[in-house]
Amino acid sequence: MTNRYRDNPQAVRALVRDAEVHRDVYIDPGIFTLEMERLFANTWIYVGHDSQVPKTGDFFTTTIGSQPVVMVRHDNGAVHVLYNRCPHKGTRIANELSGNTGRFFRCPYHAWSFRTDGTPAALPLPSGYENTGFEQSETSRGMTPVRHVHNYRGFVFAKMADGGPNFEEYFGESLSSIDNMVDRSPAGRLEVAGGVLRYMHNCNWKMLVENQTDTCHPMVAHMSSAGTAVEIWKQAGEPMPKPMAVEIFAPFMSPYEMFESMGIRTWDNGHGHTGVRHSIHSNYSAVPGYFEQMVAAYGELKAKAILDENRHNTVYFPNLMLKGPIQLLRLFKPLAADRTLVESWTFRLVDAPDLLLERTLMYNRLINAPTSVVGHDDLEVYERAQEGLLTNGNPWVSLHRLYAPGEPAIGVDNGTTERQMRNQFRAWSRFMAEVVQ
Amino acid sequence: MITPNDVVGFVYHEARLLDEQHFEKWLALFAEDGSYWMPLEHGQTDRRLTATLMDEDLLLLRIRVERLKGQRTYSQKPKSRSHHLLQQPQIDVFDPEANRYVVWTAMHYVETRLDRQDFYAAWATHELTAIDGALRIRTKRVDLVNCDAAFGSIQLFL
Repeated sequence: MTNRYRDNPQAVRALVRDAEVHRDVYIDPGIFTLEMERLFANTWIYVGHDSQVPKTGDFFTTTIGSQPVVMVRHDNGAVHVLYNRCPHKGTRIANELSGNTGRFFRCPYHAWSFRTDGTPAALPLPSGYENTGFEQSETSRGMTPVRHVHNYRGFVFAKMADGGPNFEEYFGESLSSIDNMVDRSPAGRLEVAGGVLRYMHNCNWKMLVENQTDTCHPMVAHMSSAGTAVEIWKQAGEPMPKPMAVEIFAPFMSPYEMFESMGIRTWDNGHGHTGVRHSIHSNYSAVPGYFEQMVAAYGELKAKAILDENRHNTVYFPNLMLKGPIQLLRLFKPLAADRTLVESWTFRLVDAPDLLLERTLMYNRLINAPTSVVGHDDLEVYERAQEGLLTNGNPWVSLHRLYAPGEPAIGVDNGTTERQMRNQFRAWSRFMAEVVQ
Repeated sequence: MITPNDVVGFVYHEARLLDEQHFEKWLALFAEDGSYWMPLEHGQTDRRLTATLMDEDLLLLRIRVERLKGQRTYSQKPKSRSHHLLQQPQIDVFDPEANRYVVWTAMHYVETRLDRQDFYAAWATHELTAIDGALRIRTKRVDLVNCDAAFGSIQLFL
C-alpha cells in the first residue's frame, strides 16, 4: 500500500492547524508508520528504570515505538539498550520480561554469544567464517546497540536515530517533575515496585496522551465511578477516617473551578503538566512518620518545598506520563494506528513508609487497571472516538479550548486549557514533517 | 448445620446470581468484612505491596454494583453479559469447629458486549464462613490462568 504522506511533508504539516488536527493523525496507518520511523526515532523515548536491572547481567525487555529492545546492566555498571535480535538469523535473544543473563547473552538457535554491551563473545566453528566477508558485515559486530541512551536519576531514555535534539535540549525544564518524584524519597532514590498493570486499548496512542491533561472530562466520564463512590460514602454518614479509596476517587468529582485554578504548564518539545498550584493529589492524608523522615533527610524548608509540589500529570512527549506525588508512571505503547498497550508502573520511595506504596498501588488498581471502573469509561470514550473518526461528516478534531493566536510554547495557563494538547501537536508536526538533521 | 453439599451448592448459586445479574443478592453473600481478590501474579501471596487486578472490600464492591445501574455509566451502554462454566467445586477445608470452609473451583468465564466476546479461564477459591446459619464469603480469590497478560476491559465479576 502506498503511503501518501511519506514524501509529502506539506501534507503532513497540513494535518495540524493552530487549534485543530485532522483525523488522519489518529486513524491513518501511513501516518502511524511515519510516526514509528520519525517521531519515535528522533525523540527520547522512555525505556525503563535502572532499578529494574540492579545487578550485572540483569535485563528487561520492552519496545521503543515498534522496536523490540532489551535494557541490560553491563559489567561496568552502565545500562545498555540493545535491539533484541540475534545478528545471525534474527532470533529474539532475551525472551522473558526480565531476568539475569550472567555475563553473556546466548542465542538459543546456534549458541552465538554476546557481552552485555552487545559486542560478540564467541560462536561455534568460527573458522567457517574466514574469508567469507563476515568480518566486514554488520552481523560480525554483534547485537546492535541503540545509539543514544541517557540515564536521568534512574530513568533510562533512548533515542534510536542520530538526528534530533540531545537529551538536555529535548527535555529542558520538564525534568523538574522527575526531580520532584525522586526527591520525595528520603534517600533520593526510587525503585520500581509492585508489578505492572497492562491494559490493551483499541484506539490511537495519542488519545491517551491527550487525556493526561484533559481536565474537562473527569467530572463527566468518571461520574459513574467517582461520583458513585462519593455518594455511597455520604449515604453511609461520611464515616471517618475517610477510606483511602474514597480519598482517591473523590477528587475526580471536583468542580470545573478546581481544575481551572490548578493550572497547566507547557514546555518546549511537547512536554507539559497539569497541577501547577494544586492537584487531585493535594489532599491525601498524611502518612505517619514520612514527613519526619523527609525533614531529617533534607531539612524542614526543603522537605516542605518538595512535598508542596503537587503536580498532577506530567507528559513527557511523546508517550510517557509521570505522577510525582503518587510515584506512578504510565507508558503508552503504540502498536498500530488503532491499538495501544498502556503500561502503568509503580515505584517505591526508598526508605519511606510502606503505606505510600500501598496507596500508590491502590490508586493504580482503582484508576488504571483493566478491571478499573475509571479506566472502563476512559477506554469507552477513546474507542468510540476511534470509530467516530471514521465518519466523513467532519475530518477535524477540535483543540480550541482557551486558544489565543501566537501562544508561546512555554508558559502557565488556566488548568482547563487544551494548550498542552496543542503543544504536543506542534512538536508532533515538527518531528513528523521536518527532515531531522 | 453446614453440609458439604451446602458448600458446593453455594458456589454454583453464586455464579448463577452473577450471570443473571442479581448483583444486590450477590453482594449479600459477602460477610461484612468480606472481600474479592484477583491477583496479578501467578501464585501471588502478598496482597498489600504487590499489585492486584482487584482487591475490593464491600465498599468498593458496592460502588461497582451501584455504578452498573447508573444512567451515565457509558462503558455499560449497552450492558455486558457474563457466562460462568464451573467445574465441580472441590472442598479443600471443611472445618465446622473453626467455622471455616474453603472450596476450589476451576472455571471458564465469558464476558460479552456488542460484537465482542472475551474468554477467560480461572480458578476461584472461596473462603466461606457460616453467619446465622448461612454461608458467607470471607474471601473470593480469582486466579486468572493468564493473570499477567494484557487485557481489555473486564467489567463484570468472574
